[in-house]
Amino acid sequence: MAKVKVKKQSTFIDMTAMSDVTVLLLTFFMTTSTFLAKEPIQVTTPASVSEIKIPETNLLTVLVDKDGKVFLSMDNAEQKVATLKAVSEPYGITYTAKQVESFRKLQSFGVPIRHMQAFLDLPVEKQDKELQNLENKRVGVPAEDEKIEDGRGVISSENEFKRWVAAALEVNKDLKIAIKSDKTTSYPIVKKIIDILRGDELRQNRYLLITTLREGANN
Amino acid sequence: MAEIQQNEKGGGGKNKQKKQHLRVDFTPMVDMNMLLITFFMFCTTLLKPQTMNINMPMKDENLTQEEKTKIKESGAVTLLLGANDELYYYLGIPKDESTYTDSTYLVTSSYGADGIRKFLLEKNKGTYERIQELKAQLNAGVFVDSVFRAKSREVHETAKDYAPTVMIKPTELSTYKNMVDALDEMLICNIGAYAIIDLTDGDRFFLYQRTGNKDYLTEAGQTELAKE
Repeated sequence: MAKVKVKKQSTFIDMTAMSDVTVLLLTFFMTTSTFLAKEPIQVTTPASVSEIKIPETNLLTVLVDKDGKVFLSMDNAEQKVATLKAVSEPYGITYTAKQVESFRKLQSFGVPIRHMQAFLDLPVEKQDKELQNLENKRVGVPAEDEKIEDGRGVISSENEFKRWVAAALEVNKDLKIAIKSDKTTSYPIVKKIIDILRGDELRQNRYLLITTLREGANN
Repeated sequence: MAEIQQNEKGGGGKNKQKKQHLRVDFTPMVDMNMLLITFFMFCTTLLKPQTMNINMPMKDENLTQEEKTKIKESGAVTLLLGANDELYYYLGIPKDESTYTDSTYLVTSSYGADGIRKFLLEKNKGTYERIQELKAQLNAGVFVDSVFRAKSREVHETAKDYAPTVMIKPTELSTYKNMVDALDEMLICNIGAYAIIDLTDGDRFFLYQRTGNKDYLTEAGQTELAKE
């Protein structure tokens, strides 16, 4: 019997075209997208038809959550560190190089100044966990004028939010203030923050409200 | 070079050049790219957040009552942002008792195209149309952005005497979204002058009268009401 010769067929698929496509896609994603900023709280910003893009520099973002907890973030790490030092100075708090480095890496910060050293000593994962716990009174920049205390001692004795903003403006005069808040936040909470900003001490009356683009509402 | 020399020496077709098929396997490359794409898709966002600029009036205790109420009565529109996405507006400035007892003075409206927008567009028609014209010219490339801004400022300036001035008064029961929506309507309708202002006791009374909700009133107002 004649042997049936099985022809050896190569299963080689030319991946060159596929590679072309993926590289194109990759280039597209790399050029058009921006990295998601790590934020301690997730907010859904309200929609608006305003098409003004958020500036990339000289920005102080005030993140306000539904319960009125305040977190701050600054785009420039050097200015951020300078602000931290300026805020801590009246308290006589100084930071080690390691703590400063830890602060530099924070995307957004929001702990009472008395608690800052202990917070910066924590490893990154623990810091995230700490901020996630919104029941904790030691999370968020205190924005009340009154003294806040809990079982472990004084949390804040003044409006630290005011101090932070004043110090940040001292470091960078051109700083723009952006307010980012969830759309379900009740108005008095936002009003409180705005009132502090436009109060006699800070005298800031121009803000950027961070919104998402509303589609097709212009017609 | 070397090849050519070889050919000269051999002098004929004796030296058969082997045809080599060069094939590079791109599969690992594709794998890696796919991984990178997945990474970018998960960790980045394509939407850049937009911002909306607002200017709040300076908080100045020294301002006299006269300076505060400089707004012309004819053009004044007051928006009251209530609870549960409710919206009310009234025209002018309430004068005396009679306006507070007039049930038609406060108009119930809503956010969006059929509610307040319709009203504001009607009220601001001239300015709106002129700005839309300018926008069309801008899109057609007649002039650049800076010229557009200067021209629209001019339009607002000339219309100052008859264009509506909108006062947005969010109540304690409204949300941040309500405030942004109201500001948004100002942008859509090309309102030149608008501001966010605190409620007066009269406004609170209007809202209480309309809705029967005591939460609109201040604490002092509530105790007064209880006395009655």
